Amino acid sequence: MILVLVTHDGSAVEETVFQALTFARDLASGLDTDLHAAWVGETPDVERLGLYGIASLHHISHGDLDDYAPQAWGEALSQLVTGLSPEAVVAIGSDRGNEVMAHVGAILGEPMVANVREVTPGDGAWEITRTRWGGSLLEETTLEAGVKLMTLTEHAIEAAAAATPIEASMVPFSPDLDDADLVAKVVDRVTTSGGITLATAPVVVSGGRGVGSPEGFEPLEDLAALLGGVVGCSRVVTNNGWRPHSDQVGQTGTVVAPDLYIACGISGAIQHWVGMMASKTILAINTDAEAPMVTKADYAVLGDLKDVVPAIVAEIEKRRGGD
Amino acid sequence: MRVLVCVKRVPAPGARIVLSEDARSIDTSLLSFAVSPHEECAVEEGVRIAEATTGSVTVLTLGPPEAEEQLRSALAVGAHEAVLIPTEGEDWDPISTASAIADAIAGLESSDGGFDLVLFGNESADSGGYQVGIRVAHTLGRPVVAGIKGIDASDDEVELRRDTTTGSEVYRLPLPAVVTVKEGINLPRYPTLKGRLNAKKVEVKRVIEARAGSGQTMVRLKTPAQEVSETTILEDASAVVDLLEELQVVGR
Repeated sequence: MILVLVTHDGSAVEETVFQALTFARDLASGLDTDLHAAWVGETPDVERLGLYGIASLHHISHGDLDDYAPQAWGEALSQLVTGLSPEAVVAIGSDRGNEVMAHVGAILGEPMVANVREVTPGDGAWEITRTRWGGSLLEETTLEAGVKLMTLTEHAIEAAAAATPIEASMVPFSPDLDDADLVAKVVDRVTTSGGITLATAPVVVSGGRGVGSPEGFEPLEDLAALLGGVVGCSRVVTNNGWRPHSDQVGQTGTVVAPDLYIACGISGAIQHWVGMMASKTILAINTDAEAPMVTKADYAVLGDLKDVVPAIVAEIEKRRGGD
Repeated sequence: MRVLVCVKRVPAPGARIVLSEDARSIDTSLLSFAVSPHEECAVEEGVRIAEATTGSVTVLTLGPPEAEEQLRSALAVGAHEAVLIPTEGEDWDPISTASAIADAIAGLESSDGGFDLVLFGNESADSGGYQVGIRVAHTLGRPVVAGIKGIDASDDEVELRRDTTTGSEVYRLPLPAVVTVKEGINLPRYPTLKGRLNAKKVEVKRVIEARAGSGQTMVRLKTPAQEVSETTILEDASAVVDLLEELQVVGR
């Protein structure tokens, strides 16, 4: 059995979990074993999970698991794992996935390999390729453990529903938790942005050093609004205090994979590149034809973003007005 | 409040990474090094908490003898004491690293008193295992939350804020506790000349710990296949908007 931890934020499944389900389904089919999933808390979306080929959904519920509690999630999942003895447990390499699996590793005394990209199971040790440096370097590692614990690098593969969906059975599971497991628990929640966010926006209009100032982002905001997207930025921008850190795309910020990434005045240093390289289409706007972002992009405009971005905004408005 | 901050020496962000001949490590001869970015913020946060509570900050690292440079850079921005767990240079796996750090903390606490707060970075910039702080917390039997971007410390508890895709979550942990932080929790200060001079005077304590080993063994490093991209140059705004329409990200 391969068991997938389905991480979610209250009720909505983290979208990248479906990548982990896809990855784990291939792993299970290679080993000729079943794919199971585990859900902690209330209201699992069993129908959608079923499309990804899980045979059973283990529904972990407990009176004190009404909100996220990292150690309690780890303890509950560890108890489930001890009972089921799966060959491997896979979560997505999101903040939550990595955190819970680290707890599981600590509780079970087993290694936990974070941000895996490829797995070759063997009779003893499994061969694993994992992400280092946020993706600019890969590491081949061997893993020998009673149960192989791992997270999958987000956006390493595309999610795909199973060719033949199975009707998943629901199996309830009640963990034994004590007070110590529940000390770290969400006690309050602040919602600051409704709708689209940097991590999920279909279009990201991102600015770098070339933007020059906080005010310089206004045309980027205009363009993002016209495209139904959001504004992002590079590390130098947040280090200069031009934008909040929550806007940072890259290894130490948010990893994004939008349909379109527009990089304005961003040279494309590796720590930025690994945060947006999974974008479907990349458009660079830069004065430097040799900048790594320009040479790696699908499309580029060679020019000053201060002229180019307002011109694009004007062109979109002109065409709209012309209808 | 007594704060311990655990840091890692890593090549400076953005450095060009060249592999060693045996591909088991990176060629460090031409690199400059730094404290991993999340941990640079952990040091700053520890110093701010110590300043606000007239407390102290101890900075600890597991790494090669050269990692003393990173301890000195933390001392230069306000840490008071420094501890090095020396290795022979090779990266240790997460279980070995966590076990050595937990043992070292237990030793420091038995001689000098407990740490109210132990800070880590959410993950190191290079190996990115996302687990050392959490494993140490389990060994020490203390609560832990990862990926924190805001800490309010009072005498006996910390209120913690973590970003989510739609806002933030709040946690409250009794002390002693372990917290792993992310870049963005603060903007680290630059060292002053006085700070640098003071840093030179501090004696770095050395604590020898054995490498426990685990079932996770690094075999080799490799650079990912370079995506070859033919960049299409767009001449003007009109060509850009044609593309946007083709990609269906803009309605007419």
